[in-house]
Amino acid sequence: MIDTIAVAGLRKCFAEVEAVSEISFSVRQGELFGFLGPNGAGKTTTINMLTGLARPDSGTICIGGIDCTGKPRAAQYLVGVVPDESNLYPELTGFDNLCFCAALHGLRKAERQARARELIDIFDLTKAAHRKFGGYSRGMKRRLTIAAGIIHKPEILFLDEPTTGIDVASARQLRHLIADLHRAGTTIFLTTHYIEEAERLCDRIAFIVSGRIVRIDTVDNLVQPMQVKNVVQLTCENALTDIEARLSESFPDLKFNDIGKGLIRVEGDAPIRVGPLVRFLEDQGGEVSEARRMRPSLEDVFVRITGIEADAMRKEKEKAGGGQ
Amino acid sequence: MKLWIAFWNILHKDMRTYYLKPPNISWGLIFPLAWTGMFFIKSGSALGSIQTLLPGVVAISILFGTTSMLAVTVTFEKKNRSFERLLLAPIPLEVLMLAKTGGAILFGVANAFVPVVMAVFLIDLSQVAWGAFIPAVFLIAVASTFLGLFIAVAVSEVFEAQTFSNFFRFPMIFLCGLFFPVEKLPVFLKPISYALPLTYGADVLHGAVHGGHAMPFSLDLALLSAFCVGLFVVSLHNIRRRWIV
Ligand SMILES: Nc1ncnc2c1ncn2[C@@H]1O[C@H](COP(=O)(O)OP(=O)(O)OP(=O)(O)O)[C@@H](O)[C@H]1O
Ligand SMILES: [Mg+2]
Repeated sequence: MIDTIAVAGLRKCFAEVEAVSEISFSVRQGELFGFLGPNGAGKTTTINMLTGLARPDSGTICIGGIDCTGKPRAAQYLVGVVPDESNLYPELTGFDNLCFCAALHGLRKAERQARARELIDIFDLTKAAHRKFGGYSRGMKRRLTIAAGIIHKPEILFLDEPTTGIDVASARQLRHLIADLHRAGTTIFLTTHYIEEAERLCDRIAFIVSGRIVRIDTVDNLVQPMQVKNVVQLTCENALTDIEARLSESFPDLKFNDIGKGLIRVEGDAPIRVGPLVRFLEDQGGEVSEARRMRPSLEDVFVRITGIEADAMRKEKEKAGGGQ
Repeated sequence: MKLWIAFWNILHKDMRTYYLKPPNISWGLIFPLAWTGMFFIKSGSALGSIQTLLPGVVAISILFGTTSMLAVTVTFEKKNRSFERLLLAPIPLEVLMLAKTGGAILFGVANAFVPVVMAVFLIDLSQVAWGAFIPAVFLIAVASTFLGLFIAVAVSEVFEAQTFSNFFRFPMIFLCGLFFPVEKLPVFLKPISYALPLTYGADVLHGAVHGGHAMPFSLDLALLSAFCVGLFVVSLHNIRRRWIV
């Protein structure tokens, strides 16, 4: 496959802060590439350098086959950008904002109006289409900003934390939309701090911490090394006293953990046979309603590789308010 | 074609959202009126003096209609980050900045003709050399707008843009020969006068309206054009250096 984005030795400093230090990666044509990292990791700085809003101190950037080194704006006609903050014109209506953004990419009037109407429909903003952007709620602003980023149907799309600050339903809808764009062949570079989002959407993921890429791989390859442990979770409808000790006695090769609310976590070095466990619990008077094989999540991988608690990362982000 | 669509829409958007707003239009009307009235009262009325005042009032109307307007709107868009949209558009920076300044230039030219229209009712303008007057108005508008651009690149807050514009504008009223000839200024101020673009524009306007000018029109207009190009080139250089960080 062809590399649509190829970056080598990219570095950027702001005064004493080294925001991005010598990162290298490539994104293949049609790939959905995730860039995952905590606050201040250098995600936005990387996007700014790739899209021509910032000049790297060193390193090379090649986008869509165009060498952008020293010419930061050379590939902009291929690119759509959804920035981390909504940055449309507050004094224009939603519809006019979209038409204006389409005009910046040279779309003719009929074409841009049709496209604006289509996107307003997709993003469920029909009622607000002719209201001023400045009066939109945060989620509405976010959705219109995303619409503005794809109005010219770019080949390469940069999404900087697209789902931060919007409600669950809109976020889900947006993920569907991103998946649709991906299926249609758009190359997508997505930064996020929602690990589940990256896991669900991305073909490959790069973990970035303090300006350095610590790992790049497919979700499966990232998760696999963690899978050496076999984990099963059993659900009992009724609480059993002292069940952890009783299980450990009967199954000495396995490790048990009663996590409460009837959930028992079982870990073993060899694949775990569920039948004997269920029978044992039923003999003890338990009503087993579910036995599930647990796959380590990308979150586990992230915590293991970066040493950063994913929860802390999310909380910090939400406290800061995320995008608008 | 695509470039033209982008250019026209940037210009059109600015005209619609900034320059053609009622407060701006009324400002464009009231401002020249106030200045004319002020000088009229001070000079003790003779209608003939309108002829000597007109060039200065025209120049001031342009200066006040363009410089701070552009500096403020660009700084405002930088601040709310909508300017990034323009920097992300596939348009050469030169074209982008010409579109961005185009609205202010047109607004400046329109402002210049407010005092002219007022004067038509008071004095005979048949002797005015329009062939020099109109290019001078246009070039003063361009130079004042590019001065606004220069200021916009130098500041980061809207109030700084306003303050910095005044820092340039008010001395220019007195130093550029709008109402007092440059020759009558103290010797040590003269070099400053000749370093300001408006001096050359005002000279043409005076010459065109009542025949009193210090330099040939062609030299004035050439120098004024040179200032325009210089300000634009320096501003573009600063934009590349400061905004694409
Ligand atoms: N214009 C700037 N001037 C000075 N420092 C900057 C600038 N932009 C970014 N930085 C610094 O560079 C580092 C990386 O910032 P960046 O915005 O790229 O992080 P991020 O990964 O996008 O974080 P977040 O998840 O909070 O959006 C931070 O330490 C930040 O303070
Ligand atoms: Mg960011």
